[in-house]
Amino acid sequence: MKCRRCKAPAVIDIRRHNAAFCRDCFIHHCKEQVKKAIDEFKMFGPEERILVAVSGGKDSLALWHMLAQLGYRVDGLYIGLGIGDYSDESGVKTRAFANAHGYKLVEVSLPSDYGYDIPTAASRTNRAPCSSCGLSKRHLFNKAALDGEYDVLATGHNLDDEAAVLLGNVLHWEPGYLGRQYPVLPATDGFAKKVKPLVKMGEREMAAYCVLLDIDYQVEECPMAEGNRHLGYKEVLNSLEQRSPGAKAAFLSSFFSRGHEYFREAAHVEKGELNSCDECGSPTTGSRCAFCALRNRVISETPVSISRISNAPISISRKD
Amino acid sequence: MKIILRNPRREIEIQGPMVADSLLRRLEINPETVLIICNGTLVPRDTRFTDDDEIELRPVISGGAA
Repeated sequence: MKCRRCKAPAVIDIRRHNAAFCRDCFIHHCKEQVKKAIDEFKMFGPEERILVAVSGGKDSLALWHMLAQLGYRVDGLYIGLGIGDYSDESGVKTRAFANAHGYKLVEVSLPSDYGYDIPTAASRTNRAPCSSCGLSKRHLFNKAALDGEYDVLATGHNLDDEAAVLLGNVLHWEPGYLGRQYPVLPATDGFAKKVKPLVKMGEREMAAYCVLLDIDYQVEECPMAEGNRHLGYKEVLNSLEQRSPGAKAAFLSSFFSRGHEYFREAAHVEKGELNSCDECGSPTTGSRCAFCALRNRVISETPVSISRISNAPISISRKD
Repeated sequence: MKIILRNPRREIEIQGPMVADSLLRRLEINPETVLIICNGTLVPRDTRFTDDDEIELRPVISGGAA
């Protein structure tokens, strides 16, 4: 195969674009797709401060690298989840990447700072591990973005992630979730602005970006994700993609351009009126936010060694 | 040729020569779900492998639902 742009020998083919690329043209293609997403969805401008949530995986490290290469003011946020060797290795790779490139990394440790880890949370609450993990990460991402006075929080959710979430939301016809599924969620009281600049990039492309730029990422799958619904949705979508290249991208982009508007109102209706959490000050519909409720339940039943507990309330009125 | 698979990591031997696309079909691997890395270099699906090649089929699917 030859590169579509320069006709040099290709290193990767992308069936949905009916194209193959050499190394340099592929990297150019990735950056163009990310720039296109940032512009199309008005994610942020060149002066804004961006906090990228990084896990040590391909998507978040590649996103951090791309945004820095594109000249944005971007720092990384790593949350240690306490998932044994997997988390240890992810942390090592994230720190090594940040050091090698001279990027600023903010770190939070769930076990050290909040007194619990994801395996314990999953077993003590009978929640699926990904549910406790997602809830904890969303809370801490938001807190770190507000505490650090960042203009926007960026996550490495890619086209495949978002298409799988969309399939799940459609299978269950979840109007509130469909209303909130969009590449940009604006800042509101107590919530940082959130963006997903990789929404036009497949996860195979993100892995290729890392391989071609020698970005050493965590290749192993999270041991707690095995068998989750999200992976099942991806399997279905990839079977469809194999038969109809471009199906995943069409499914997702058509939702953004033609479907999302019908659910936008449902996102606001289901959210309801917000109060401040009695413990941490985060916005919540009850008296205690879901994160504090989860943490209290886990640590009240868990005799784990707590080296440091951080419970500083966050401000819900954002300083601009 | 030596084939390296992940999650869990394992190695298998397959008789070459063979085109990458045929290898994926033989192993029943969806091409959307892997990168093909031959002797440390990323390659497209029309690449022809020989018996001396070491090929990693690196999965690209990650699972968190957060």
